[in-house]
Amino acid sequence: MTTTNTLPLTSAEAMQYTPKATAEPGWVKWTLVSIALTFLTLFLILPLVVVLYGAFEAGMQVWWQAVTEPDALSAIRLTLFVLLIVVPLNAIFGVAIAWAIAKFEFRGKTILISIIDMPFAISPVVVGLIFVILLGSQGWFGPWLAEHDVRIIFAVPGIVIVILFGTLPFVARELIPLMQQQGKEEEEASLTLGASGWKTFWHVTLPNIKWGLIYGVVLCNARAMGEFGAVAIVSGRIRGETNTMPLHIEVLYNEYMFTAAFAVSSLLTGLALVTIVVKSWIEWKDERKQKSPSAH
Amino acid sequence: MIRESKMRTAALKPVIPGFGLTMGFSVLYLSLLLIIPVAGLILFTLQMSWEDFWRAVSHPQVVASYKLSFLASFIGASINAVFGTLVAWVLVRYSFPGKRIIDGLVDLPFALPTAVAGIALVTLYAGTGWVGQYFEPFGIRIAYSQIGVVIALTYIGLPFVVRTVQPVLADFEKELEEASAALGANRLTTIRRVIFPAILPALLTGYALAFARAVGEYGSVIFISGNLPYKTEITPLLIVAKAEQYDYHGAAAIGVVMLGAAFILLLLINGLQWWASRRG
Amino acid sequence: MKFTKILTSTVFLLGSFAAIGNTILNVSYDPTREFYREYNQLFAQHWRAQGHTAPTVRQSHGGSGSQARSVIDGLDADVVTLALAYDVDALRVRANLIPQDWQSRLPLNSSPYTSTIVLLVRKGNPKNIQDWDDLVRDDVQVITPNPKTSGGARWNYLAAWGYALKKYGSEEKAYQFVEKIFRNVPVLDPAARGATNTFVQRRIGDVFIAWENEAFLSVEQLGQGQFEIVVPSVSILAEPPVTVVDRNVDRKGTRAVAEAYLEYLYSDEAQHLAAKHFYRPGRPEIAKQYLDKFPKVNLFGIDDVFGGWDKAQNDHFNDGGYFDRILEAISRR
Repeated sequence: MTTTNTLPLTSAEAMQYTPKATAEPGWVKWTLVSIALTFLTLFLILPLVVVLYGAFEAGMQVWWQAVTEPDALSAIRLTLFVLLIVVPLNAIFGVAIAWAIAKFEFRGKTILISIIDMPFAISPVVVGLIFVILLGSQGWFGPWLAEHDVRIIFAVPGIVIVILFGTLPFVARELIPLMQQQGKEEEEASLTLGASGWKTFWHVTLPNIKWGLIYGVVLCNARAMGEFGAVAIVSGRIRGETNTMPLHIEVLYNEYMFTAAFAVSSLLTGLALVTIVVKSWIEWKDERKQKSPSAH
Repeated sequence: MIRESKMRTAALKPVIPGFGLTMGFSVLYLSLLLIIPVAGLILFTLQMSWEDFWRAVSHPQVVASYKLSFLASFIGASINAVFGTLVAWVLVRYSFPGKRIIDGLVDLPFALPTAVAGIALVTLYAGTGWVGQYFEPFGIRIAYSQIGVVIALTYIGLPFVVRTVQPVLADFEKELEEASAALGANRLTTIRRVIFPAILPALLTGYALAFARAVGEYGSVIFISGNLPYKTEITPLLIVAKAEQYDYHGAAAIGVVMLGAAFILLLLINGLQWWASRRG
Repeated sequence: MKFTKILTSTVFLLGSFAAIGNTILNVSYDPTREFYREYNQLFAQHWRAQGHTAPTVRQSHGGSGSQARSVIDGLDADVVTLALAYDVDALRVRANLIPQDWQSRLPLNSSPYTSTIVLLVRKGNPKNIQDWDDLVRDDVQVITPNPKTSGGARWNYLAAWGYALKKYGSEEKAYQFVEKIFRNVPVLDPAARGATNTFVQRRIGDVFIAWENEAFLSVEQLGQGQFEIVVPSVSILAEPPVTVVDRNVDRKGTRAVAEAYLEYLYSDEAQHLAAKHFYRPGRPEIAKQYLDKFPKVNLFGIDDVFGGWDKAQNDHFNDGGYFDRILEAISRR
């Protein structure tokens, strides 16, 4: 999670120059590779195959019907809408807090980082409960909200809030170690040369953290699409209205429409795979950048 | 942090702007979204008397669910520690066909909705499933047992260990290994005495994150667990059950216990990171 | 707050629903999905024929208890159509959303359709299950959802209890009987639909205690010929009640359409539709036409045997009740 963005994978050529003493015999290598692949097959690849098999078992036409049916479309629309709010907000927050933590010295940094980490460790169920207690009509702020006719819980804002909560750390946790590692000399140089703060940020900092930022956004995006437990509590499950894609999948599953459930799942998996492809591409670019001599 | 303080030239007037803006925004954002809501939950449970609170969090059924949630998370995180390190090692050190795809797929458990993961896992590991059917004749039931809970929790925690160990292994300096070999250590000793200590802090961090995430997991587990009270019922499910019976205080009380556990874990994680960075 | 207003209005534009005064939200429980999907169209026709603009009925389904909880916490339901009176009554007790006399506002205890609890077994009835007594046998595995979280499961539990009480004569004997049944339960799903999936898709268990309508659905649609229904000698009369949520309809100005929506459930067309979806029509003269569809069961009511839902909930399902004792007893073995 922490510094994956600077990941120079050792290539095959590099291995060839390694002295025998620091490499394992062939049989050890292949045994380890097979164990790792068996583990990944059981835990990663087979579940993926189940989803794809279930989705396309009945043919493309059935799949297409399932994902273009009005309730499915509205779930897709809602999920994308939520992403449009959640991802930029958490990205801005991530950049801001990483800037504050990496470029300045102050007390209590460890506690601040621990607080940012909290959503990783709080059960989604508890997240949902918290916001029902606070904002539900029996809750503390509920009556006031009702009086002003503001609907948060069991409406889209509630869904946005719990997903914001759950995906808050991703960009921040990606950028903090990266920006700490990079230090602040470059920014200081730019400022000394007379550039403004904003200009320095745009032309010096942002290019440096670009890939880390995108990586964090990709993970945040993936997690936000898939959030289920907390959303299930605050959504109200109104068909075609407050069902996100994961909730819509649960609805379909509960209606015994397994093919449709897997079809929508495959769509989410597809989106996830796209983000993974984007991520791999980012890493590949990053790697190339690091290999090229122009890197500082 | 430490690295930066080393680099900091003493008593230089800070020229970088934006501290007020970024810090102000961050603190406001954190307060509204995280600190106030969590404080609200704690305040809410403070409305209970101590006896009520204690009764809610120490009922035998609840205690049994803690045991399952924490034990299954412990086992799941341990499996991830062993196999995740292995996967990271294989991905960094060896080349084999399909490596890039495998590397990309490691993040899938983050992206796949937990409910879908649960349904996919139960389809595989139920007695009628592709994998489960080979275990059924031996009387091993995977789905609807504690093993099922462990499987689900292993799945959702998988990326953590791989993704924390991988970069450290990739950054590891070969010279140290060569030196160790030159000094006459065999390969196993080198791995045990040189490489393992280097990746240990990252491994522990990944382990703790996987563990913390697993303890709170709900969506995937309810599909593959039998949900039997005292046997295969996880704590988050009990929180839901309490809330469903309109017992919000009871639900919040158990939530606060889990929150406390989570926070201790985070302090542990960040202690580990601090320790790791001091050694590095 | 401006932010949330912009949000809501944007979603409003994105969303597909229109004309708010004519839009109602029906918050219901799991097994009614298919029925209400069709009923909503039927009602729309009827309402249009009465000279109104076509109404939009939004649906929300989930476990009965969790749906009631959502309404109490502010889900904007115009009508609720839940699995049991206890959950509906919670709207009054906990949030004062409906008046004291809500259940007498509509005919038949506000239950336009009823159902009962039956036993679903695998084809050919390999374990030869004939009645409740077979569920306590050591060689039988029983599937039922958790009464703590599922309304349907509470009916299951009370049906078994009522049978034992009638047959063996004492509370203590009934308690032992139900405990023995739960000893045979290998998977306790949180909701009724999950339990159906466990029994039908995963093929776990020998007998599934189910809503009659769910059992029919499994036999006729899900498992084509893989299952059989066993009708027990005695079962419970399950009355899923409906009501308008007064506080919400008065605020939204939807009372007329919401009341019409529920009243129309008692019409001939709706009663036949309920029967089509395997619910027993509430009106006796319609029910008479379906005597061959719905097997005759010796039914008892919850008021007669358990003294009403409040008492039943308190004695059996609340913390420290009989069900908790059962769970504890099983865990000790």
